[in-house]
Amino acid sequence: MAAKGEELAEKIREISVAEFFEKNRHLLGYENPTRSLLTVVKEAVENSTDAAEEAGILPEIKVEIQQLAEGRFKVMVEDNGPGIPSSKVPVAFAKFLVGSKFHRLRQSRGIQGIGIHGAVLYSQLTTGKPAKVLSSLGGSDPIHEFDLMIDVTKNEPIVLSHRTLPNPKGWHGVRVELEVEGRYVDKITQSVPEYLRQTAIVNPFATLYFKGPNGTSFTYKRRVEELPRQPKEIKPHPHGVELGLLRRMLSNTSAKTLLGFLTTEFCRVGRTSALEICSLASLNPGQHPQKLSGDEVLRLHKAMQSAKLMGPPTDCLSPLGEQMLLEGLKREFKAEKYVAVTRPPAVYRGNPFQIECGIAYGGELKEPTQILRFANRVPLLYHQGDCALTQAIREVDWRRYGIPQDDFPKAPMVILLHFVSVWVPFTSEGKQALACYPEIMREAKLALQDAGRELSRYISRKERLREKQLRMGLFEKYVPELAESLSKLTGRPKEEIIAHLERRLDEEKG
Amino acid sequence: MRKRDEVIETLEALGAKLLQEIERGENPWLEVPIRSLSNVRYNPETKMLELGSEKAKRYFFNVAHVRKFVQTVEAAALSKELKEVGKHLSLREAFYRMKRTLPGSNINLVDEQEESNQAIEDLELITNLSREKLHFNANKMGSVAGKVVIEDKGDVVDWSKLGSGGWSIPSNVEEIVFKEVKAKFVLYMEKAAEWERLHEDRVWERLNCVIMCSQGQATRGVRRLLQRLHLEHSLPIYVLTDFDPWGFYIYSVLKFGSIGLAHISEQLAIPGAKFLGLTADDVERYDLKRHFIKFEEVDLRRLEQIAKYEWFKDNKEWQRQFKLMKQMGAKVELAALSSKGITFISEHYLPEKLRRQEFLD
Repeated sequence: MAAKGEELAEKIREISVAEFFEKNRHLLGYENPTRSLLTVVKEAVENSTDAAEEAGILPEIKVEIQQLAEGRFKVMVEDNGPGIPSSKVPVAFAKFLVGSKFHRLRQSRGIQGIGIHGAVLYSQLTTGKPAKVLSSLGGSDPIHEFDLMIDVTKNEPIVLSHRTLPNPKGWHGVRVELEVEGRYVDKITQSVPEYLRQTAIVNPFATLYFKGPNGTSFTYKRRVEELPRQPKEIKPHPHGVELGLLRRMLSNTSAKTLLGFLTTEFCRVGRTSALEICSLASLNPGQHPQKLSGDEVLRLHKAMQSAKLMGPPTDCLSPLGEQMLLEGLKREFKAEKYVAVTRPPAVYRGNPFQIECGIAYGGELKEPTQILRFANRVPLLYHQGDCALTQAIREVDWRRYGIPQDDFPKAPMVILLHFVSVWVPFTSEGKQALACYPEIMREAKLALQDAGRELSRYISRKERLREKQLRMGLFEKYVPELAESLSKLTGRPKEEIIAHLERRLDEEKG
Repeated sequence: MRKRDEVIETLEALGAKLLQEIERGENPWLEVPIRSLSNVRYNPETKMLELGSEKAKRYFFNVAHVRKFVQTVEAAALSKELKEVGKHLSLREAFYRMKRTLPGSNINLVDEQEESNQAIEDLELITNLSREKLHFNANKMGSVAGKVVIEDKGDVVDWSKLGSGGWSIPSNVEEIVFKEVKAKFVLYMEKAAEWERLHEDRVWERLNCVIMCSQGQATRGVRRLLQRLHLEHSLPIYVLTDFDPWGFYIYSVLKFGSIGLAHISEQLAIPGAKFLGLTADDVERYDLKRHFIKFEEVDLRRLEQIAKYEWFKDNKEWQRQFKLMKQMGAKVELAALSSKGITFISEHYLPEKLRRQEFLD
């Protein structure tokens, strides 16, 4: 475990934007007390699950919220992940855009490297209390207990205290405790319990414990004893590179020539492709990457977009898979029919992605149709209307599958869409809605249509059966009447005629 | 007694057929001739509307048929019961007799009288027995007066000695026996008001005829009585109606038969009947334009439909009337003749038209 933690920490680099948060906290999901509390929980849980999963550990996450005063809560999230080396803890929690995940392309829950720091800063801004972080690498490593704050102007961590505690049981993992302002609700879709419920659906391999401030407590036991395949890290594909990122990559590279830069820092670029890009941009392949002028960088960026290249590798993705999706749906919904579809990988703007769709239909479910959106195993609870996944559900012709529709399909069902990618194109830093790239819309619709077709087979079978029963019911009602009349006409006993008719009725039923 | 047995036998045979199919585990069915314009033809030989040969099979184990199927069998059972106790039911009574709720449901065997009426008409078609023979009676609505003596259920009735109301025509006239027929022809009119006029003026005595009326479309009993007088006593039948498309159609039904009852045209239609009602020429002659009732859209449409009927299509004299009526764009009632004098119709109009033999055929 210790080795894993060290390895992750090596990727931690530093970038600065601390004051940004103070002024724009609404962009990061801290716009109102209810959502702020949810965001704090969400950031911590996602950090924890990612860490455990990357270390190959089946996640076990404990979430506890205590109410300290009116509008004031203590949020505690503990994982069984690999832990963070004590020397890296202050930076990992109290310095902005210091994430282990920003400079790489790998399918993971958090990406921007803002998440947990935002939570720490939010706590600091609203209550003035430091964040308490406990971490241990396990084995002989003691438990390190930190009280941390962020120096907002310098974007530097302030370590108020660092103590070591005995670790007799060899615990490994991280525990974060934050005091925040907020509002706790549990009956609405945008609440902590709902967030955890949805998280459980797409993380059937995780166990989640929850203890709420009003005595609520529940546990989602894992249904699957195996982690999904580990996603692989890939280098960016030239087609998907943003200008800003390209600039940063150019200044950070250790390559000495443009040719070297292109072939080592990107995927699917060999010598031939690199030379083609250089010639398209009218640049000398031997030029030093750090010496490109602004205009030259623009030309390079344009050339990279237009060069003919193989699509990025797609084996880097780790979808849940149809079986796990079904397990997730079954754990949460008592339906009569479950359908799951995992589409083959596709590419948008040089980023490989994959769409999964699950539908639970009928049974104890009620109208209206519930829509559950996920990106890299994280529930998206806000901005449903702006999301590409929602849009795709609208654009599918559900009537074709025997499901009534006005705008949205109208049936007692749950539609789950899961977007998996090395880079999730959120419409904002709040990370709640996907941008409507045509490739994403197309794949989402295909997934829904695949699932819709399978569901329609079930619905029409059920419909036929229901019609048949209705028909039989109708005949059954008229049988005694006919027998009565015929008995009068023929003098034969009514019961005898009924018996004959019912035999025939049974045959019709069969 | 013989007749009664024939009916019961037919009904029992129908029951036996269905029972046999049921015992064999088959889907029991009834075959019903189709009663719609598409299956009705005008036969120029007999000058009657006749039912075509198209038939529909109606099954019990068929969602679309089951209801009508059971209704028809129930009508048969009810008919047999009536035969056995020697009673008749009006169509309305038959409806109440058949109306009951299916056990364990909220479905009634019949919901409206139209349904039981249909079931009875279907039974007529299936068994080829008239409603009257099956002991179902339509509403009676009709009066008659004239120099005829009949016997009905043991009572001898003289149609000339019944005061101002005349004899009320029953729905079933099969059992009536004509004892003495002195009248030379029959005047039939569509309206009771006209009949009362003629009766008060004792036209039947003066012209030595029978005067008869129904109200609107002639009922089956009235049509059958007219037909029997025509066939059994060779009395010419003259039909007296208003100058309007609906009046013309009343004449058409009496003479050629109707679409709905095409299956019993033979028992009802009177191909020899002649039209004595108001014509376009009468309108001119008696100066009735002052009493025009302007056509409405429906009148015009009805006129055009009638003009296209096969049995009027090639009739020059009728086509001339239709054309003139269309030009006038109006209709005139017989009652308008009273503007010429209280008894004008009895003392001038009818005697003159009869003398001039001004009939339309």
